[in-house]
Amino acid sequence: MALNIAVCVKAVPDSKYYDKITIDPATRMMVREGIPTIISDLDKHALEAALALRDKNQGKVSVFTMAPESARDNILEALAMGADEGFLLSDRAFAGADTLATSYTLAAAIQAKGPFDIVITGNESDDGSTGQVSAQLGEWLGFPHVMNIASLSFEHDALMIRALYEEGTIDYKVALPAVLGVTRKVNKPRLTNIMGMLKAKSKPLTVLHYGDFPTDDRYLGLKGSPTQPGDIYAPKMSRKTVELSGAPEEIADRIVQELCKAGVRH
Amino acid sequence: MQSRSETLIDMEQMNISEYKHILVYAEVRDEKVSGISLELLGEATRLAAALGNNTEVWAAVLGVDGEKYSSELFRYGAQKVIVYSNSMLGVYRSDLYGEALTQLVNKYKPETVLIGATYAGSELAPTVAAKLKTGLAAHCNELRIDENKQFIQVVPAFGGKVLGDILTPGHRPQMATIKSGIMQKNEPCERTGVVEKFDCDLTSVGDKIQVLAVNKEQSTRRPLNESEIIIGGGFGVGSKEKWAQLEELASLLGGATGCTRPALDEGWTQGEHTMIGTSGVAVKPKVYINFGISGAAHHTCGIKDAGLIISVNKDACAPIFEVSDFKIVSEWEKIVPALIEKLK
Repeated sequence: MALNIAVCVKAVPDSKYYDKITIDPATRMMVREGIPTIISDLDKHALEAALALRDKNQGKVSVFTMAPESARDNILEALAMGADEGFLLSDRAFAGADTLATSYTLAAAIQAKGPFDIVITGNESDDGSTGQVSAQLGEWLGFPHVMNIASLSFEHDALMIRALYEEGTIDYKVALPAVLGVTRKVNKPRLTNIMGMLKAKSKPLTVLHYGDFPTDDRYLGLKGSPTQPGDIYAPKMSRKTVELSGAPEEIADRIVQELCKAGVRH
Repeated sequence: MQSRSETLIDMEQMNISEYKHILVYAEVRDEKVSGISLELLGEATRLAAALGNNTEVWAAVLGVDGEKYSSELFRYGAQKVIVYSNSMLGVYRSDLYGEALTQLVNKYKPETVLIGATYAGSELAPTVAAKLKTGLAAHCNELRIDENKQFIQVVPAFGGKVLGDILTPGHRPQMATIKSGIMQKNEPCERTGVVEKFDCDLTSVGDKIQVLAVNKEQSTRRPLNESEIIIGGGFGVGSKEKWAQLEELASLLGGATGCTRPALDEGWTQGEHTMIGTSGVAVKPKVYINFGISGAAHHTCGIKDAGLIISVNKDACAPIFEVSDFKIVSEWEKIVPALIEKLK
């Protein structure tokens, strides 16, 4: 059975540079200038999972991103990895969305461009790390959904899933269509190469604006977001740091003294 | 869109004043109430006191035989325990649990719902929030009631580099997930409360998700957030063989080892539950000694509540030192053997 697979990817500031993020004390806005935007790490695992399923079963992999138009480069990267087509959902009407409105908008586009057998996302994004969009996509689409996936395969007409939980794993059999949220354990994403990048430029990449697919305006953007952001601030974590120096034995002595003071050793 | 919305509360029609009290989802795994649920009862007790107006703390249990957990939940602060028992609830399934908790919330109309950010809870919470079309804040570091009696949820972003307040002004319930190790349990005390049996109809759920097996891994490890002393290691440790020295040090001290994402990815330690940080475990041991950790925001956010932080790194400018009480600029390979020697 050929599988039509949608993959949702998020364009995020590269987590290697999070230490460069600051908050402007005057405007209370976040400053993230000069930090490159990349595909969120787990979403590459989601894409790899989709590509592997397609390569084995045939079908098509379509990538969906909701982002400013600058995220075109990130979709090109997904196409270079091997996806067949890309959709960039970009419109002021979609902006200011929390996870409920984001998942609604993505679900509406997936619905319009489908039908899809499987929708795959990363378990959570690098930046917000809420881990909410995957399950909420499933709810909007009315599909069964499973997250925390450590391995998956498609056998006969159903998905065989191994999902993580605190004490081990749970094996599920899930009927199509379904939404899946994957962890790092699921695979190792392939790298892009020159051939892939050249091919990507000729693959379809469609920008979807407001009105290009049916939506219920009540659920879009800021208006469709039950949560509202308030103040932002940098956590106060710095401590008065005392430097210890000397021979390793002296340092070890001092550490043990401190352990006694802290009441963890007598 | 598939229209399930007739059973949902329409955004425009919501009367938020109908919603009252704080509901904690009491997660049961392997026939035990998870520790995070008890921590949330403690936090709910504090929030209820701040709200006043006779706000109560409720717990909701979904399980095969949910009632048997009620006395423990009362002991840790629940005033009412709402129980839904069903033989199908032996193993977590997003569809069954999501539908049951949604129906429960629709009947009891709590103003606030707190859910532990376990594997299951992190999936259940957005599922229920989407069914209810309400707001959910993920992995809250702090919850508080402001002077206008508004519920403020503080969430980390960018690996904890930034914290932001989240409000849910026009929708109820206001939902939050919280990781284990952040909130404080109440001191347990003997008391009783009301047990309410809840019944709901799960026939619409069907069997699109089937549980085939539960594979329990035998772990002799003590959970990281129960250790008074934690030895942390990062990419700077260098290899799995070298990592064994950290394990030795931890066992001499009666502690546990934790790691950063790169060390986990290298396979030096087993399992996500050993990773400290925003996407792993938040810990607050009495002492945290770490080696070869540079101090990315993801990690430091997860140790900020530790008692004493001692950091060893050969890079004098490593950001970990800013959040440490003691700074040791050295190759860790020189310090750990000296410590092991001294402790033996």
